[in-house]
Amino acid sequence: MTDTKINEKRTSSLAGDMSVDLDAEFKKSNIQEVLDKLDRELIGLKPIKTRIREIAALLLVDRLRKQFELLSETPTLHMSFTGNPGTGKTTVAMRMGEILKRLGYVREGHLVTVTRDDLVGQYIGHTAPKTKEVIKKAMGGVLFIDEAYYLYKPENERDYGAESIEILLQVMENNRDDLVVILAGYKDKMDRFFQSNPGMRSRIAHHLDFPDYSPDELLAIAKLMLAQQNYRFSPDGEKAFAEYIPLRMKLPHFANARSIRNALDRARLRQANRLFASRSKNLTKVDLVTLEAEDIRASRVFQEGKLDIDGDEGTDKAEEARRLKEVK
Amino acid sequence: MMTNHGNRITQGQFSFLPDLTDEQITLQVKYALKNGWAVNVEYTDDPHPRNTYWEMFGMPMFDLKDPAGILMEINECRKTFPNHYIRVTAYDSTRGWETPRMSFIVNRPKNEPGYRLMRQERSGRSIGYTIVPYSTDKPEGERYS
Repeated sequence: MTDTKINEKRTSSLAGDMSVDLDAEFKKSNIQEVLDKLDRELIGLKPIKTRIREIAALLLVDRLRKQFELLSETPTLHMSFTGNPGTGKTTVAMRMGEILKRLGYVREGHLVTVTRDDLVGQYIGHTAPKTKEVIKKAMGGVLFIDEAYYLYKPENERDYGAESIEILLQVMENNRDDLVVILAGYKDKMDRFFQSNPGMRSRIAHHLDFPDYSPDELLAIAKLMLAQQNYRFSPDGEKAFAEYIPLRMKLPHFANARSIRNALDRARLRQANRLFASRSKNLTKVDLVTLEAEDIRASRVFQEGKLDIDGDEGTDKAEEARRLKEVK
Repeated sequence: MMTNHGNRITQGQFSFLPDLTDEQITLQVKYALKNGWAVNVEYTDDPHPRNTYWEMFGMPMFDLKDPAGILMEINECRKTFPNHYIRVTAYDSTRGWETPRMSFIVNRPKNEPGYRLMRQERSGRSIGYTIVPYSTDKPEGERYS
């Protein structure tokens, strides 16, 4: 019976032997532009980019299928991002909103970043309204739950996190058209989280694992970050930083791109100090934008093989959150 | 009344029109959100025109980007109070306005009995007029059931 129904519908739209132009549709959607931007601004992350390409292709083909009235369910795009600190989970999530908007999957494409505190209440009856409020804010865009494994605390059976998960599951199932949920966290903890919440696991179609960066990629990231802030390395400075990266990677609390950014921040500090010390001579624009080798080699990583005193970046999520807010 | 078929309460916007569909509500809410107004859902079972402050359903909703969340709340409210009046208001907090800019009814009881006209004899043969909703003869919560 359903077959005849579909056949009837098809005659009302495009006939079965007509053709559509995939290429034209592709160009119309400006997806290439987004993908190029992704390639340009995100270094490495091969598996992630491949998956985004696949999703883009799926949504595009889906749109064409619709012209033939070939019905299929809206694909679920809820995702889980796992990976070590500083591998770009939040950055990619922010891009995801824009990409999905271009593809016409979400309407607004904004990103709402939350953690356990924003979802789980403090007393009975507090959790549901709180979670729902967040969900309503995220509708039409992407809900990004950072460190999602904190939602579930198995050691405390009266924890309200379970209630929050339940509401999330319901919305992920019923309001698939309205929002995309992205869970993020460190790999081992997320695996444990999914093991104890099989319902969550099965509702998430895409499990993306963010690989660690290689030293070369980290150097490219460093240069990109400096360019964004109108700085650059001198040739010696670049060499020094290339030496710095493997040394830093061996030390504890290495957090990939985040460590690199903190190292650059400290280098900028030293550069300013150096310029200040030699303030008798006139400075040119080149002086102001260039990081010299000495700015980098002054790090304790070189001198004593230890972390810089203020270099506890591996654990500093609060700092990260503040930065994100400033960017916005 | 000739202009008001079926004795329907006419308050706020669109109340002389047939009930808005969910798509139409979505578009109206979208307009409100586009202007940066805070949209909320209110309900009551006392349709008197001077009953200005209705009960708020759930929490006020700030910082929403998309009407889907509000439609979800409206449907939730319809499920809880299928026989109440439910309206959607959009509040403009801009200095100088600070008032609801939109308000329209999205749910009505099946049967709206309308109003009784009350006359009050006053001194000097003058008469005071007022209206009383028939439905408010019953206590709150039992009207329109």
